[in-house]
Amino acid sequence: MSLEYVGLKAIKGPIIFLEGSENIGYEDVVEIKVSPTDIRHGRVIELHKDIVAVEVFEGTDGMMLKDVYTKFLGHPLKMGLSKEVLGRTFNGAGQPIDGLGPIFSDVNLDLNGQAINPVSRRYPKNFIETGISAIDTLTTLIRGQKLPIFTATGLTHNELAVEIVKHAKIAEKEHEKFCIVFAAMGVKHDVAQYFRSQFEQAHVMDRVSMFVNTASEPIVERILTPRAALTTAEYLAFELDYHVLVILTDMTSYCEALREFSSSKGEIPGRKGYPGYMYSDLASLYERAGMIEGKKGSVTQIPILTMPNNDMTHPIPDLTGYITEGQIVLNTDLKQKDIFPPIDVLPSLSRLMKDGIGAQYTRKDHALVADQLLASYAKYKEVIALSQVIGTDELSETDQQIMLFGELFESEFLNQGTQPRRLGDSLDLGWDLLSLLPEQALNRLSHKDIQTYIHKEKALDRFNLSKDGRYEHIIGK
Amino acid sequence: MENTIQVINGPVVKLGSTDAFKMLEMVHVGPNKLIGEVISISDTETIIQVYETTQGLKVGDQVYPTGELVSVMLGPGLMGNIFDGILRPLKTIQDLDGDYIQPGSNVASLDFKRLFDVEITALKDAYLGPGMVYATIQETGSILHKLLVPPHIEGIVKSVKKSGQYKLDDTIVVVKTATGDYPLKLYQVWPIKKARPVLERLELLEPLITGQRVIDTLFPIAKGGTAAIPGGFGTGKTMLQHQFAKWCDADIIVYIGCGERGNEMTQVLNEFSELIDPRTGKTLMERTVLIANTSNMPVAAREASIYTGLTVAEYYRDMGYDVAIMADSTSRWAEALREISARLEEIPAEEGYPSYLPSRISKFYERAGMMENLNKSKGSVTIIGAVSPQGADFSEPVTQNTKRFVRVFWALDKALAHQRHFAAINWNLSYSEYMYDLASWFDNTLDPKFLKYRSRFLKILAEESKLNEIASLMGSDVLPDDQKLIIEIGRVIRSGFLQQNAFDPIDTFVPLEKQLQMMECILHLYDESFKFISKGRALSLVLKTNIFEDVIQMKYTIDNEPTEAFSELKTKISEIIDAIF
Repeated sequence: MSLEYVGLKAIKGPIIFLEGSENIGYEDVVEIKVSPTDIRHGRVIELHKDIVAVEVFEGTDGMMLKDVYTKFLGHPLKMGLSKEVLGRTFNGAGQPIDGLGPIFSDVNLDLNGQAINPVSRRYPKNFIETGISAIDTLTTLIRGQKLPIFTATGLTHNELAVEIVKHAKIAEKEHEKFCIVFAAMGVKHDVAQYFRSQFEQAHVMDRVSMFVNTASEPIVERILTPRAALTTAEYLAFELDYHVLVILTDMTSYCEALREFSSSKGEIPGRKGYPGYMYSDLASLYERAGMIEGKKGSVTQIPILTMPNNDMTHPIPDLTGYITEGQIVLNTDLKQKDIFPPIDVLPSLSRLMKDGIGAQYTRKDHALVADQLLASYAKYKEVIALSQVIGTDELSETDQQIMLFGELFESEFLNQGTQPRRLGDSLDLGWDLLSLLPEQALNRLSHKDIQTYIHKEKALDRFNLSKDGRYEHIIGK
Repeated sequence: MENTIQVINGPVVKLGSTDAFKMLEMVHVGPNKLIGEVISISDTETIIQVYETTQGLKVGDQVYPTGELVSVMLGPGLMGNIFDGILRPLKTIQDLDGDYIQPGSNVASLDFKRLFDVEITALKDAYLGPGMVYATIQETGSILHKLLVPPHIEGIVKSVKKSGQYKLDDTIVVVKTATGDYPLKLYQVWPIKKARPVLERLELLEPLITGQRVIDTLFPIAKGGTAAIPGGFGTGKTMLQHQFAKWCDADIIVYIGCGERGNEMTQVLNEFSELIDPRTGKTLMERTVLIANTSNMPVAAREASIYTGLTVAEYYRDMGYDVAIMADSTSRWAEALREISARLEEIPAEEGYPSYLPSRISKFYERAGMMENLNKSKGSVTIIGAVSPQGADFSEPVTQNTKRFVRVFWALDKALAHQRHFAAINWNLSYSEYMYDLASWFDNTLDPKFLKYRSRFLKILAEESKLNEIASLMGSDVLPDDQKLIIEIGRVIRSGFLQQNAFDPIDTFVPLEKQLQMMECILHLYDESFKFISKGRALSLVLKTNIFEDVIQMKYTIDNEPTEAFSELKTKISEIIDAIF
């Protein structure tokens, strides 16, 4: 069933208005023929008795009120999918743009997806080793989790994402399949290119589906990009049993597109001009991560989000943080100290970590060492603030030891460069760093834990502290 | 033509002029019979909010009236189950539709095929009035479900069936009322936006024991009280709600996941089905009703989910139970109001929220209370609502308006959360207005020392926070020993008492008696140390003995009961300090 109309009533930004609305479904797809060679697509966004509003994915430039043929296809926006999507590149609306021809589809799936019934969900517990100490130890990534990277312009988030892709052991066993779905929304051409060349270098390109909407391409298509990517990811995970890692970058461009589009519809804005439904809208993306009972695959999301003005209370990171299961926060100061990855571990958090670590999954001392490292590093930050007022020399002995710990934590633990580290090594490194602290500063550990895990001599050797006399200097020998 | 759709905009659907509908009536929309609610009627248009996705709906589709306000079905089978925002059972939906939720699932809340063992208590020719019990059913291991006469029905029992196995729809008692015979079945129907009537509101004199030290000791909540937990993301709102739902001494928990994560609901479902309720020996799920409208489920049903949860809670309250509602999060509910309001093009008040936001919030919290029910039994509904302030800024409208209508405010603090101090309740910003109402309970039922210790704790904490400001500017070395001692004891209170480890089997729930003993120990340490330094000796000598660390560890090293080990610890404190004197 399809209906064809000739001419438009009005054009406003990316939205066109048509007269008559008989038999048109809400959110149905529309084919718009501007000229015989220029066929665009759109979607019904509002229905009135005699007016239909349609958003045009490719933009409305060059359109006139007359001579435009619109055809209502009578179904919601769908995407044809098959196993062939791996290794291919698509535009935001899910059409191939790599010149390798169309996808011969096995199924057609609705881009919007549907909410997973909470009863059908499987609670994610399987730990993914990323090779990055700060993530594996302190903000553990779990299969089926949505864990965004909060960053700012000029930071090394793309490099971090690439490191995760290269080293993440998502498929643990031989027979498990692993793939990547990459969605670029409003990113610079260079960024899209950077990811592609990195995927090629890592020899994973045949396992990647790319969805690219660069900064100069239409915003309506940008709003569709993550939906197309996630529909693909769900198909790969729940129909073909893949463990899918989805990277969405940059969520800020996505939200800006949402705002631009909302205001062109004349909607009443919420905070900072963003539409009031932005929370629900973001949730409809992020909640598509997860696992389903009885299905082998999983969808793990790592959205990248550049915080406008590095402000975590800005609506975009704020609403994201309320939906996602934690966040990895990058920090400008650490970047300036040339630390890679510059992860600020204190505001970073993985909500699913508590159930995915311990003897059964990682190691039995994991929670202990993580807890004490964070508490001690928080203390280090306090001591730094104090030392800036009274000077380092006036600090108490304990505080000086904490200073030493903090500096080494940043230079040894956080700053690992591009060298992956096994989880066991990361945890051991953590214990060695903690061994530099006096007993009363280890407030999260019991006497028994201290006896078991704290070995001062070993630590002094490891960091070469006995030789250069730094440690003796502090403890006043 | 009258009842056909004219406009579709997201979850809002408008009809032309019609007089077929009443305000807040439940309607079926379109060929899939989507569930909706009438929210505005005028001579030119009728506006309906649809609780499901409107994708595919067409102008000209029919809307069918049901004649009923948006209501839920109340009866046995609710307990231990998980429902969506309008009380459709998610397990049944899964059986019907698979792993994804499809629009237009028309399923009943309760299972009409299931046979229940019914113990009928009504007698022939006896009087049955509103709220009176006419039969009971052992609904789960821990909950006895009492079937209550609906509030507007009274009369003489005309006929009674024998106790035995019945289905929901079976008439087990017939009452002869002034307007004719009324059949009593195993369920009743109640509109969600209307509070169930009671005889009287009672004073709130009894605390709801949560086993969380910072709550029970410093900021307690009464049974039938209201509390808000505001906090930015990652400060542990949900964690705290889970702790309450697991351990608080209410009979029944109604947990409303309103616009939150799907995985969290799954977690509650899994965890509560395994954890054992120490008071009944049954699983926690057997006293829990879950209502889930996750953040990707339709927004209009999010608004309804709060009322649905309240109505279920009130129904069990009427049976004489103490019910606690966990609403996580009320901000998502307020945002749902804002979203619908924007679609209706209403004039917004602060930050785009509708001007009726405060009155909606107050109506919600005012349905809490300790009540004398129609059947003279006593029951309570306690509401604990999480608030997710935008940008963790407590001055935003939802937090501010909630603050006006709740009497306990547990402010969660990002700085504490970053230090991994959980529960991250900031003791300087939080308050409980119930302390005076509950004072006599603590004095008479527990121990008169409790409140004395509490006020000493508060004093030390207040002083400590002042001294810490100085110390952070000049270093703690410059302070005299008596002030250093305050800082050290403050540290013991913070790490040894206020901080509580939800993952530790002993520390996750701590009875009041142990909380009292812990306070006594810490104050004993303070007094002994104070004696020591006031005789001119240096505080550093005491600190070197590690006794402060021992006291901090007592939450792990001493069992919840019996608590004799505390007197040993106190003796040890005295001995150690005497020894170095």
